[in-house]
Amino acid sequence: MKNKENNSIKTVVATGIGAAIIFVLMKFVAIPTGIPNTQINVAEGFLPLLGAIYGPIAAGLAIFIGHTLNDFVTYGSPWWTWVITDGLVGLAFGLAKRKLDIQSGVLSRRKLIWFNIYQIIVNFVAWVLLAPTGDIIIYHEPAKKVFLQGITTWIINSLSVAVIGTILLVLYAKTRTKRGSLKKER
Amino acid sequence: MNSHFLIGYNDKDTFLHRLSGSTKLIGFIAFSIIGMITYDTRFLLGILTFSLILFKLSKISITEVSFVIKIIIAFAALNLLMVYVFAPGYGMTIYGTQHMLWRSPENYFNLSWEELFYIFNLFLKYTFAVPLALIFLMTTNPSEFAASLNKIGIPYKTSYAVEIALRYIPNVQRDYRTISLAQQARGYEISKKAKFWPRIIGNAQILLPLIFTSLDRIEVVSQAMELRRFGQGKRRTWYMEKQFGKADYSSLIVIFLIVLAGVALFNVNGGRFWNPFKH
Amino acid sequence: MTEPIISFKNFSFQYESQSEKTLDNINLDIFPGEKVMIAGASGSGKSTLGRCLNGLIPQAYPGKISGKCVINGKELVESSVFDLSFDVGTVLQDPDSQFVGLTVIEDIAFSLENDQLSQAKMREVTRKWSKKLNLEKLIHRSPQELSGGQKQRVAMAGVLIDESKILLFDEPLASLDPASGAASIELIDQLAHKQNLTVIIIEHRIEEVLKGGIDRLVIMRDGKIVANDTPQRILQQSLLEKLGLREPLYLSALKRAGVNLAACQNIDQVSQITESQMSRKLTAWNDHTQLSRKVKKRSTLLDLNELSFAYEDASPIIKDLSLEIKKGEIISLVGRNGAGKSTLSNLITGFLSPSGGSIKFKGQDLLKMSVKERAQHIGYILQDPNQMISKTMIYDEVASGLRLRGLLEDKIKERVEKILRVCGLYEMRHWPVSALSFGQKKRVTIAAILVLKPEMLILDEPTAGQDLKHYTEIMTFIEKIQWENDLTIILITHDMHLMLEYTQRTVVLNQGKILLDAEPAAVLTDDETIKKAYLVRTSLFDLAERYKLPSATDFVAKFIQTEREGRV
Ligand SMILES: Nc1ncnc2c1ncn2[C@@H]1O[C@H](COP(=O)(O)OP(=O)(O)OP(=O)(O)O)[C@@H](O)[C@H]1O
Ligand SMILES: Nc1ncnc2c1ncn2[C@@H]1O[C@H](COP(=O)(O)OP(=O)(O)OP(=O)(O)O)[C@@H](O)[C@H]1O
Ligand SMILES: [Mg+2]
Ligand SMILES: [Mg+2]
Repeated sequence: MKNKENNSIKTVVATGIGAAIIFVLMKFVAIPTGIPNTQINVAEGFLPLLGAIYGPIAAGLAIFIGHTLNDFVTYGSPWWTWVITDGLVGLAFGLAKRKLDIQSGVLSRRKLIWFNIYQIIVNFVAWVLLAPTGDIIIYHEPAKKVFLQGITTWIINSLSVAVIGTILLVLYAKTRTKRGSLKKER
Repeated sequence: MNSHFLIGYNDKDTFLHRLSGSTKLIGFIAFSIIGMITYDTRFLLGILTFSLILFKLSKISITEVSFVIKIIIAFAALNLLMVYVFAPGYGMTIYGTQHMLWRSPENYFNLSWEELFYIFNLFLKYTFAVPLALIFLMTTNPSEFAASLNKIGIPYKTSYAVEIALRYIPNVQRDYRTISLAQQARGYEISKKAKFWPRIIGNAQILLPLIFTSLDRIEVVSQAMELRRFGQGKRRTWYMEKQFGKADYSSLIVIFLIVLAGVALFNVNGGRFWNPFKH
Repeated sequence: MTEPIISFKNFSFQYESQSEKTLDNINLDIFPGEKVMIAGASGSGKSTLGRCLNGLIPQAYPGKISGKCVINGKELVESSVFDLSFDVGTVLQDPDSQFVGLTVIEDIAFSLENDQLSQAKMREVTRKWSKKLNLEKLIHRSPQELSGGQKQRVAMAGVLIDESKILLFDEPLASLDPASGAASIELIDQLAHKQNLTVIIIEHRIEEVLKGGIDRLVIMRDGKIVANDTPQRILQQSLLEKLGLREPLYLSALKRAGVNLAACQNIDQVSQITESQMSRKLTAWNDHTQLSRKVKKRSTLLDLNELSFAYEDASPIIKDLSLEIKKGEIISLVGRNGAGKSTLSNLITGFLSPSGGSIKFKGQDLLKMSVKERAQHIGYILQDPNQMISKTMIYDEVASGLRLRGLLEDKIKERVEKILRVCGLYEMRHWPVSALSFGQKKRVTIAAILVLKPEMLILDEPTAGQDLKHYTEIMTFIEKIQWENDLTIILITHDMHLMLEYTQRTVVLNQGKILLDAEPAAVLTDDETIKKAYLVRTSLFDLAERYKLPSATDFVAKFIQTEREGRV
C-alpha cells in the first residue's frame, strides 16, 4: 500500500542513475573482443541487473535515455531506430524481474540458463528483426547491409549479456540477505 | 564542469540561447522526423542550409565542436562505404533508371549516377540534424532541459529521470576513474597488456564497486527525494522553466511551415523520393 | 506542562533481515524547542531511531514494529513519509546524495517545486533562504564544484525552506573540516533559537556538538537508551567514558589533574567551567609533568620536490610543494575541505600525474612506476570505502590482495582472520559487505590493506564515522605494527583528537602549499594557522589560557604524552 509511492520514486531515480551509468559505460569502457572494431558492450551487460532489480520501466527508459545522450554527444544526433530497439530490449529484460526474483538471494542454475536463452531470443528479435526492418523502412538502407550489422550486434550483445550480465546477476544475488539470517558468529 | 562531456552548454547571449528549451526541442524533433522520412534532396539541402545558418547565429565556435564533427564524418563515411559494398546497384533499383559511370549493371561492383545520388542523399540524412543537435545541446541550459521535456508532454517523473542522469553522470565518471585505479593498485590488470579473460575479470572487478555504489546511491537519493515530497502531486512546477515569449511562438510557426512543406513534397513527388532521373 | 512533540513508548523495531531487535524498548520524550543530541557506538541504532522520526521506517525499511511512537500528534505507523515531511526536516549523512538538483538554486527549490509553488513565489522564498545561509554567491554552481562544507549548507537550506518544526541531522559533521563543522553547529543553534525549532543531532563528534549548547544528551547502546539527561549531569558522572564514548578533551585533562568533575559547575562549556581547586590543581599538574623529548635519527623515505598539479589549468590545486617524510614517522595531513589533501595522496600513489616536480621513494623515481608497482610499497586507503570494495563477502574482500599475490589458502586464512579480529569484524566475516554500516565498511578497507603489510600507509579519513572503541582499537593496532615494522604513515584527517593523540608531526596544507609543518600541539595552538586552514583551537588550549599556564603548547603536549603513556 504505502510502499507503492516509494517504489515509484525509486523507479525514477533508478532510471536516472541507471542512464548515467549506461552513458559512462558506453562512452568510456571498451573491452575488445579480438575482432577489429567490435567491442564487448558492457552497458548491455549491465541492463539485465537493472531490469531484475527495478523492473521494465526503469531498465527500458534508462537505456533509452543513456543511449540517446551518448548518441547526442558522440554522433551529433541519435540513430532513433537503434535507440528505440535498445529501449525495448531493456523493457524485455525488465519483464524477467518476477521470474528471476533476485531479491530472494537465490539464483539457481536453471534460472540462469532460462534467462540466457530468453536474452538470446530477445536480442535476436531486437537486432536481427526489429532494428534492421526499422532501418529499411525509415532510412531506406540496403537490406544486406543492415542485416549484417544486425546479426553482428545480436552476437555481440548476446555475448555481452551472457558474460557480464550473468556475472553481475550472480554476484548481486549473493549480496542479498535472507529474512532474519544475519547472526554474529563467535 | 561541462568539460566532462565532449560538448555541452555554453552560456552566451543569442536569439537561440534566449529561446525556450521546449521550442528548440520541438524544432529538433520535428526536423529529425521529417528529415528521417523524406528522401527529397532539395528539402534535405534546404534544412541543412537552414540549420547551418542557425548554427552561425548561435555563435558556437567550430573549435568547440571540431572533435565531434570529425567522428561524425568518419562514422558517416564508414556507413556509406558499407552501403556501397553491400548493394552497389541499390540506387538503380530505387530510381528505376540506369546511368552508368563505371562498368555495366551485370558486374557486381559498378557505379551509376543513381547510386551516387542515393549515397549523397544518405549522407545528407546522416548529417543534416547534426548542426541542430549541436545547437540544441550548446544553447539549452541543462537545468531547463527537464522542464522542457515536461512542457512538451513527457510525464514529469520521466523528465526528472533525465535530470538525475545529467546530475549524476559526472559523479559516475569520477567514481569509475577512482575505482579503476584502486583496483589496479590491488593488482588487477586491465590495461591492453592483459589477455582477454584476465581483462574481462579485471573490468568486472571495477564494474562491481561502480554498480554497487550506484545502487546504494539509488536508495539514498530516492529517500532524500521522498523526504522532500517528490512524486506526490499529479504535476510539479520547475524553478528553471522558461515561459514562452513572442519569439517562441513565431519560431513554432516557422517550424510548422517547414514541416508542412516537407509533407507537401510527398504529394508532389508521389512518395518519399524525389527522382531527378525520370525526366 | 507542555506535551512532548516526539514521544516513544515501549517502542521496538526489528529490520526484516535481522534476527534480533535493532531498537529495543525505547522510551523517550522530546519537548518542543529542545535541542537533543543522540550519541552511541557505531551500530547502536542511532540512525535507525532517526529513520523512525521521518517515517523511512517502516516505509522504506520494512520490519517489525511494536509499541508506540507519536510525532507532532501523528502516529508513526499510520503516517507516510509525505505526512511526516511537513513536521520533520531531515538532513542525511551524505550531502552528495542529498543534493539532487543540477545547481544549488534548483536544489534549494526542490521541495517547493514538488509543492507546485509558482515561479515568482519560489524566487522569493529561495532568495530569503540563500541569504540566510550565505549561499548567494553559489546559487548557479553545480554540486561537483562545491566543497563538502558548502554542500552541507545547501542540503540544510533545501530542508529548512520547508519551515518544519522538527529538524533531524544524521552526522552533520562527518566530512566537514573543523571550522566548517563549528560553523554548522553555530548555524543550527542560531536557527533553532530564531525559529523555535526542535533539533535532534546524531553525532560521534560529541565535544563539537556540545560546544553549540545542548539541552539533553541521549546515549544509546545495543538498541537501548542507557542515558538520557542534561549534558551537565552526564558529564559530571563521567558517563561518557564509562559507556566507551569520547569525553571532551578538557574534561580528560581535568581528571588527570585530579579535579573532581562531580563538583564542577557549567561543565559542558570549557569557557565557563568552574571548580574551587581547579586553578591550583592544573598548575601543579603542569609543573610536575615533564616533557620527554626523544629525537630519533631517521632516513628519508619519501621525498616530494616542487610538486605541481591542476585539474583545470586556471586553478592549480598543488603549487610547487616540497615535503620530506622520514622512515617510521606518523604524519597527519590537515587542511580545509577542498585544500587538496586527497589530491596530494592521489599524486603519491599514481592515481593522478603531477604537471611538474618529482617524487622519490627511497631514492627511486616514483613517477616512473605504475599504480600497481607503487602499491607494492605504499598502501592507500581511500576516503570513500565504497570505491575500494570489489568483493561481495567480507572475508573475500580482505583476502583478495593476498590471493592475487599467490599465497597459499591456509596462510591466507591465518592472516585474514587475525586482521579481522583486530578490526572487530571477525564475528561478521561471512556477512555480505552490503549489510554493514559506513563505519564498518571503512574498517573492511583498512583491514584489506593492512593485511598486505605495506612499507608505507596513506589513510584518508580513517576515523570518519567510527566510535571511540573501534577507533582506539584500529589506531592501537596501527601504532603497534608501526612500532614492529617501522611503518611510515600519513593520516589525512579532520579529527583534531586523532591528530593530537596519534601523530608526531602535522603538515598543514593550504592553497596548494604547506602552511606549517610542526608538532601537532604547536599547530593547534597557533591562531593564525588555525584561522587560515579552517582548524579549531583545542579546548585544552582554552583551559591553559584561562588558568594562565606558562606555555599552552607545552600543556597540550604534556597531556598528550601522558595519554599516550597510559595507552602503551
Ligand atoms: N537496512 C538495514 N537492514 C538490516 N540491518 C540494518 C539496516 N540498517 C542498519 N542495520 C543494522 O542495525 C544496527 C544499527 O544500525 P544503525 O545504522 O542504526 O547504527 P548507528 O548507530 O547509526 O551506527 P553508525 O554510528 O555507524 O552510523 C546495525 O547493527 C546494522 O547492522
Ligand atoms: N576530478 C576532479 N576534477 C576537478 N576538480 C576536482 C576533482 N577532484 C577534486 N577537485 C577539486 O580539487 C580541490 C581539492 O580536492 P580534494 O578532494 O583533494 O580536497 P580534500 O582536501 O581532500 O578535501 P576534503 O577534506 O573535503 O576531503 C577541490 O576544490 C575539488 O573541488
Ligand atoms: Mg548512523
Ligand atoms: Mg579528501
